Amino acid sequence: MSETQEQVLNIIKAEEMDPKFKYEISKIHGAEKIMLCYQCGTCTADCPVSRFSNFYRPRKIARMIQLGLKDRILSDKDLWLCTTCYTCIDHCPQNVDIAHVVRVLRNLSVKHTNSMPLVFKELANNLMKTGFVYVIPESRHTRRAQIGLPPLPKTKPQEIAKLFEITGFAKLLENVETFGRVE
Amino acid sequence: MSEEKPRYLLFLGCVIPYRLSSYEISARKVLAKLGVELVEMPEYNCCGFPMDPVNHDVMLTLAARNLCVAERENLNILTLCNGCFGTLCKVNKTLKEDKEERERINKYLAEFGMEFKGTIEVKHLVYVLSEDVGFEKIKDAVKKPLTSLRVAQHTGCHIVRPKKLIEKDDPENLRLLKELIELTGAKCLDYMDEAECCGNPIIGVNESIPFQMAKEKLEHIRAVGAQALITVCPFCHMMFDMNQPRIERAFNEKFGLPVLHYPQLLGLAMGFTPEELALNELRVKPFDLLNEIQSGRE
Repeated sequence: MSETQEQVLNIIKAEEMDPKFKYEISKIHGAEKIMLCYQCGTCTADCPVSRFSNFYRPRKIARMIQLGLKDRILSDKDLWLCTTCYTCIDHCPQNVDIAHVVRVLRNLSVKHTNSMPLVFKELANNLMKTGFVYVIPESRHTRRAQIGLPPLPKTKPQEIAKLFEITGFAKLLENVETFGRVE
Repeated sequence: MSEEKPRYLLFLGCVIPYRLSSYEISARKVLAKLGVELVEMPEYNCCGFPMDPVNHDVMLTLAARNLCVAERENLNILTLCNGCFGTLCKVNKTLKEDKEERERINKYLAEFGMEFKGTIEVKHLVYVLSEDVGFEKIKDAVKKPLTSLRVAQHTGCHIVRPKKLIEKDDPENLRLLKELIELTGAKCLDYMDEAECCGNPIIGVNESIPFQMAKEKLEHIRAVGAQALITVCPFCHMMFDMNQPRIERAFNEKFGLPVLHYPQLLGLAMGFTPEELALNELRVKPFDLLNEIQSGRE
């Protein structure tokens, strides 16, 4: 596909734009200041991931919210490339907590697309089983005792399961689809 | 006048008991010798950080649950992991300051007979060492200064950023870990982009970007001639140590740079043996480094 054809496919259609989307987003804790973004691009210039990714651009994410491109941004898998280093938050001249905005979008994307990267489902399942995000093998516990480390504190996995239930996360987790790598 | 001994609840998190006992072993040794008393958490769960991307409320409640356990014990928390520190510290601050959020999360906590009250503090190892133990006391504990060593530091992100929430070291001009390193007698070298992220948090969805990020850092560290890299976070450590051979293979490079947890470096300077500090558990073997220390002392 030529570059020109690709650009044609990416044209924004008016009917795609949800003018209320930015208001929805700015009501959520962490994303209150999204409308203040004036596209200076500091977040992207200073983002270590953007340096090595051809796609991940925090500035573009902010603009897509302002334009109301709800479906596009919530199904954009590049959202999962933020490392949460928070450099963008520290450098934004408008105090837009851009990494928190990305977190807000990720949370919404899980609900909107009913999907998440596989790794999070695995971590969540481990958490429900053990209270940790990893299953710590019995051999580790034995080794701790051998080298004189105190036993690990008790966890209450049944309470984690309960926590997942009351936050509505358990229901979501049950039917959520997963995807592997984001390239 | 009796000086009160600092006491902390040790919050180990998940990845240290799972994979990085060397950090726990060396931290316990060093802290005990410096007079910091560690109390084991009676119960805990994951700090919450890994769940934040998929569900913010789950993260908040998991973190708040841990904070409530500490409140019950009436002790401040010490973490060794940057991720645990960042999460527990920020949630503690949010719930202390934001009444609405606190009430909302307390409704969840009520299901476990818990309530967040906001009576404790959360500190990372770096802050306990610099603020509570103090530079003077650490200096006095250094019996075998590592004067021949030149090392670099990687502080990592979550103990300093976002600056407005953490309000500790300056992420644009990192100072604390460098000063702690220099107390051991080793020289801490500056290098390009030293405040940048290791890349580890996204390794579960994309390997190529974190590998490029870490490789670039390793190149910058090599360029200034550092003999070792010093970290204070299990995730950063895994990125530079455990993954170093894979990064070398992916880019056809050879770094061979030992990556030590800060308490391992400090422990060596305090006179502990490499075995006592679990240096043998490192993926990149620090043989040359230990020989250098040995010959520097002779």
